Amino acid sequence: MCLAVPGRVVDVEERDGTPMAKVDFGGVVKDVCLAYLPDLQVGDYTIVHVGFALQRLDEEAALATLELFRSIGALEEEFGDAWSRAAEEAR
Amino acid sequence: MRYLEEFRDPGLARRLLDEIHATVTRPWALMEVCGGQTHSIIRHGIDQLLPEQVELIHGPGCPVCVTPLEMIDKALAIAARPEVTFCSFGDMLRVPGTEGDLFRVKGAGGDVRVVYSPLDALEIARRSPDRQVVFFGIGFETTAPANAMTVHQARRLGIGNFSLLVSHVRVPPAIEAIMRSPRCRVQAFLAAGHVCSVMGVEEYPELAGRFGVPIVVTGFEPLDILEGVRRAVRQLERGEHRVENAYPRAVRAEGNPAALRMLAEVFEVTDRAWRGIGTIPGSGWRLADAYREYDAEHRFAVTGLRTLEPAACRSGEVLQGLLKPHECAAFGTVCTPRTPLGATMVSSEGACAAYYLYRRLGPGAAAATDKEATSVG
Ligand code: SF4
Repeated sequence: MCLAVPGRVVDVEERDGTPMAKVDFGGVVKDVCLAYLPDLQVGDYTIVHVGFALQRLDEEAALATLELFRSIGALEEEFGDAWSRAAEEAR
Repeated sequence: MRYLEEFRDPGLARRLLDEIHATVTRPWALMEVCGGQTHSIIRHGIDQLLPEQVELIHGPGCPVCVTPLEMIDKALAIAARPEVTFCSFGDMLRVPGTEGDLFRVKGAGGDVRVVYSPLDALEIARRSPDRQVVFFGIGFETTAPANAMTVHQARRLGIGNFSLLVSHVRVPPAIEAIMRSPRCRVQAFLAAGHVCSVMGVEEYPELAGRFGVPIVVTGFEPLDILEGVRRAVRQLERGEHRVENAYPRAVRAEGNPAALRMLAEVFEVTDRAWRGIGTIPGSGWRLADAYREYDAEHRFAVTGLRTLEPAACRSGEVLQGLLKPHECAAFGTVCTPRTPLGATMVSSEGACAAYYLYRRLGPGAAAATDKEATSVG
């Protein structure tokens, strides 16, 4: 039940004095309360839990994390290639 | 879906795994606090891909599992009242109380409904002014802001026939209780990312320092979990104990300030009993005095409860990471998700149910799951 999932804001409106949004979760669209993130706009990604947007998903941070993952082990790979090239040449 | 698939990439998972294998030199025990992470770990076979020296201990972070029996029994008593419409998240319906569960109350004619959000329960209250609508407000810091806002809205919109049965729990006091236990084996924590989306990370440096444990804020996708493990192992190998944020796309240091303000207005910290573990000081929230009239415990005085846990169930030890589910004699025999003896077998985030669903039936079964396990993501 603690599941919180990323979704994309596709519409924002105000209802009973509360900011609300329609959020698309990979094809399923749900009503989400924006009381805790009133600045969210159409196109933004957010983490949603039991009908509430809890935090904006930071695209820059996401890309930086993926870049970090890609760089892990990359040095060794280059070394690895150099070693195998050297081994090839030595033959 | 953006922000999901990228964080399930098998090629990058391999890199993170290789890096962990290259870093580890000694045995380490890490606890993932959140049940959502437990589910993800078992589902993707992450525990079986890690080096043997890295053990993942499953923590008490499934709110369904730790809601105390007494609270379940109170829910059953309130839900059975003829004037009450009792609303709950779906996975609470099959949690066994001393006698039966919410499903049974529903079967006996009780008005029990599953909702997706507490706001749905408030809407039911608005549409049926002649009913007493009660929402079962359980959960960690992730869920508490939703329930706080719903009570706040009930008052603002003058919806008097709504109340909350509150059993909220807080993570930091649980981490402290685990570290203080004389049987504690935990050397580092993967902290629950979405709890920190709300609360930020400010509660953790003091705990990391006092107990000398690395605390790494960790997300839920396979790569997020591997990154949490990688950072925790790196700290352990270096003899460090810092707080790190391995989930920066959803966690800011300050959390969500608007949610924190609402929590402070609607709730106050209280001692809370955790099912199978016992009372942990300051580990829960209850409604603040100003909102007492919306407290279902206050509105429907329930007395004369006699709670009794099934003796065979060892979920208390499972929740503290002292026992793996398949080591319980009842696991998979008398206790299954269809006939759960304890709450940890009910929710898919409970360790017992996760082990059962993904056929972790014991060490002997490891070979059978190895094939699946290689397909991270
Ligand atoms: S397997 Fe069932 S009886 Fe055993 S600890 Fe888990 S929930 Fe309790």
